[in-house]
Amino acid sequence: MVEVLVTNGPWLIMAAALFGFLMAFGIGANDVANAMGTSVGSGALTIKQAIIIAVVFEFAGAYLAGGEVTNTIRSGIIDSSFFIDQPELMVYGMVSALLAAGIWLIVASWLGWPVSTTHSIIGAIIGFAAVGVGSEAVEWGKVAGIVGSWIITPAISGFIAYLIFQTAQKLIFDTDKPLENAKRYVPFYMAFAAFVMALVTVTKGLKHLGLNFTLIESYALALAIAAAIGLVGKIAIGRLKFDPKADRMTQFGNVEKVFGILMIATACCMAFAHGSNDVANAIGPLAAVVTIVQAGGEIPEKAPLVWWILPLGAIGIVFGLAVLGKRVISTIGTKITHLTPSRGFAAELAAASTVVIASGTGLPISTTQTLVGAVLGVGMARGIAALNLGVVRNIVVSWVVTLPAGAALSILFFTLLRNMMS
Amino acid sequence: MPVNFLGVFAKSPIKPIEQHIDKIQSTAELLLPFFEAVKAEDWEKATELQKSISQSEREADTLKHKIRMRLPGGIFMPVQRTDLLEMVTQQDKIANKAKDIAGRVIGREMRFPEPMHDTFSAYLSRCIDAVKQAHKAIHELDDLLETGFRGREVTLVEEMIKELDRIENDTDTMQVKLRRQLLDLERELNPVDVIFLYKILEWVGDLADLAERVGARLELMLARS
Repeated sequence: MVEVLVTNGPWLIMAAALFGFLMAFGIGANDVANAMGTSVGSGALTIKQAIIIAVVFEFAGAYLAGGEVTNTIRSGIIDSSFFIDQPELMVYGMVSALLAAGIWLIVASWLGWPVSTTHSIIGAIIGFAAVGVGSEAVEWGKVAGIVGSWIITPAISGFIAYLIFQTAQKLIFDTDKPLENAKRYVPFYMAFAAFVMALVTVTKGLKHLGLNFTLIESYALALAIAAAIGLVGKIAIGRLKFDPKADRMTQFGNVEKVFGILMIATACCMAFAHGSNDVANAIGPLAAVVTIVQAGGEIPEKAPLVWWILPLGAIGIVFGLAVLGKRVISTIGTKITHLTPSRGFAAELAAASTVVIASGTGLPISTTQTLVGAVLGVGMARGIAALNLGVVRNIVVSWVVTLPAGAALSILFFTLLRNMMS
Repeated sequence: MPVNFLGVFAKSPIKPIEQHIDKIQSTAELLLPFFEAVKAEDWEKATELQKSISQSEREADTLKHKIRMRLPGGIFMPVQRTDLLEMVTQQDKIANKAKDIAGRVIGREMRFPEPMHDTFSAYLSRCIDAVKQAHKAIHELDDLLETGFRGREVTLVEEMIKELDRIENDTDTMQVKLRRQLLDLERELNPVDVIFLYKILEWVGDLADLAERVGARLELMLARS
């Protein structure tokens, strides 16, 4: 038993829970614009619809598929054996990391830098562990894997987006009857989106709800859900009203209407993916604090997440986007010209699939980064009228700056907190 | 301000380019009533139309500058930025030419010999057909983007450009005939007037030439895919 943790335990948990909740709130308020922006920008969804979809699917993603990444952030980055003698340092560190990442996000937003929540929190955790305790305390192998994934995932999602866009061109746009082919093939894309989402949920998310499926059962279930969604899509497309006097020119307009339906599905997928990966940034450190304090100072290698942690993060995100999300999204408005649903869908579906799969394997990746990769992929396929490479460069720079910035802040708070408590 | 990644989407230049060619076409089309007034020797009306042509040309200029400002370096597009800018420059020259023609005709109060009236009208409207055809091809940029500048849509636009070439060829033949006609008439006319009549015939033909060049730029863009 560690004296400090027994006396101050509840306070530390409360502080971590508060910071974690605020962080989740911030993720909901700010990042939701990234996740839903493409859908709103291409005119497939109104702001209100986007908020409703985000509320439902961010929550579902965070609650059902957020566990793996949370575990990685809780115990995958630092080697807990270095904290056996002083577990309170890990608790202070995690609280500092949350505070540091939160403050960095506020500063960056104020400066207008599109930083990544994931990068801030990972940088902050590495910071307090490497400087506060010693660089051996960091699992550098795993950190290298995580940072490597930040380079690889945008590339993968860009590649997938390129392929998806090309298939849509081959199957639908570059044919004699684009509209008919759109009606025929779009439900399959919807089914694919549903399949990826369902598979990750079934294999990863339902365990902690006490439901266990075999591999075959999981696939069967995911396929069944996919088929159902595809069918719903087909019905929805059947109910669309098309411009009957469509000549060749307006035919593409009608085709885009069909893709508008598809974008509703990919928007759900994107919100789900965002929730599943980003909730961990807020509650991963909280989970670590709770585990250690409740074990009275022991650091268990594997422990189940306390039941209230995932919902707390999920509610934080939903709260943030419900309260502030509308304002954030509405600034997107109609700023994006020429981003038609057929392009938005390719980018969103690619990014969402990449993020959801990464969430399933426990990799904390950046949703925004993956989306940028996907958008560039569609651009490479000559699908987007104009992209601002200068902005892409700024985004990349702000990501690189975030790691040391998060680390420095967390070292500062860690030192303060340790001195205060001793 | 909220921070999000949507800044990577730059404003599309396609709509402004289409608006520019719209303006170019309407400028060139003003030459039709203008020459009707000239043939009727209604100088008051002709002067008025010449002023609208000038005004219209200035508006096209403004649009051109807006397009250029919108396409700084570091913009990534499905087509080469230089090709696009060059195409806009060619488009703009059509309006300049129309302005020059109207200005010169008004400046000298040029009279067209009676026997040339019909052939000249046919020639002018064929040259403007070329501009219209270029306009039609430029308006396919939307659909070209939808199809990723590939496949059937490209073939369709290539057809349009071929048609544009045929129209330009027509105008060449018509110009030869008009020159021959003028040669037969020139002994009865004031020599200075004749020189300027030849000039105007050439310039009107330039409208079709320039339209063809717009098409050629578009073709180059598609060829680099």
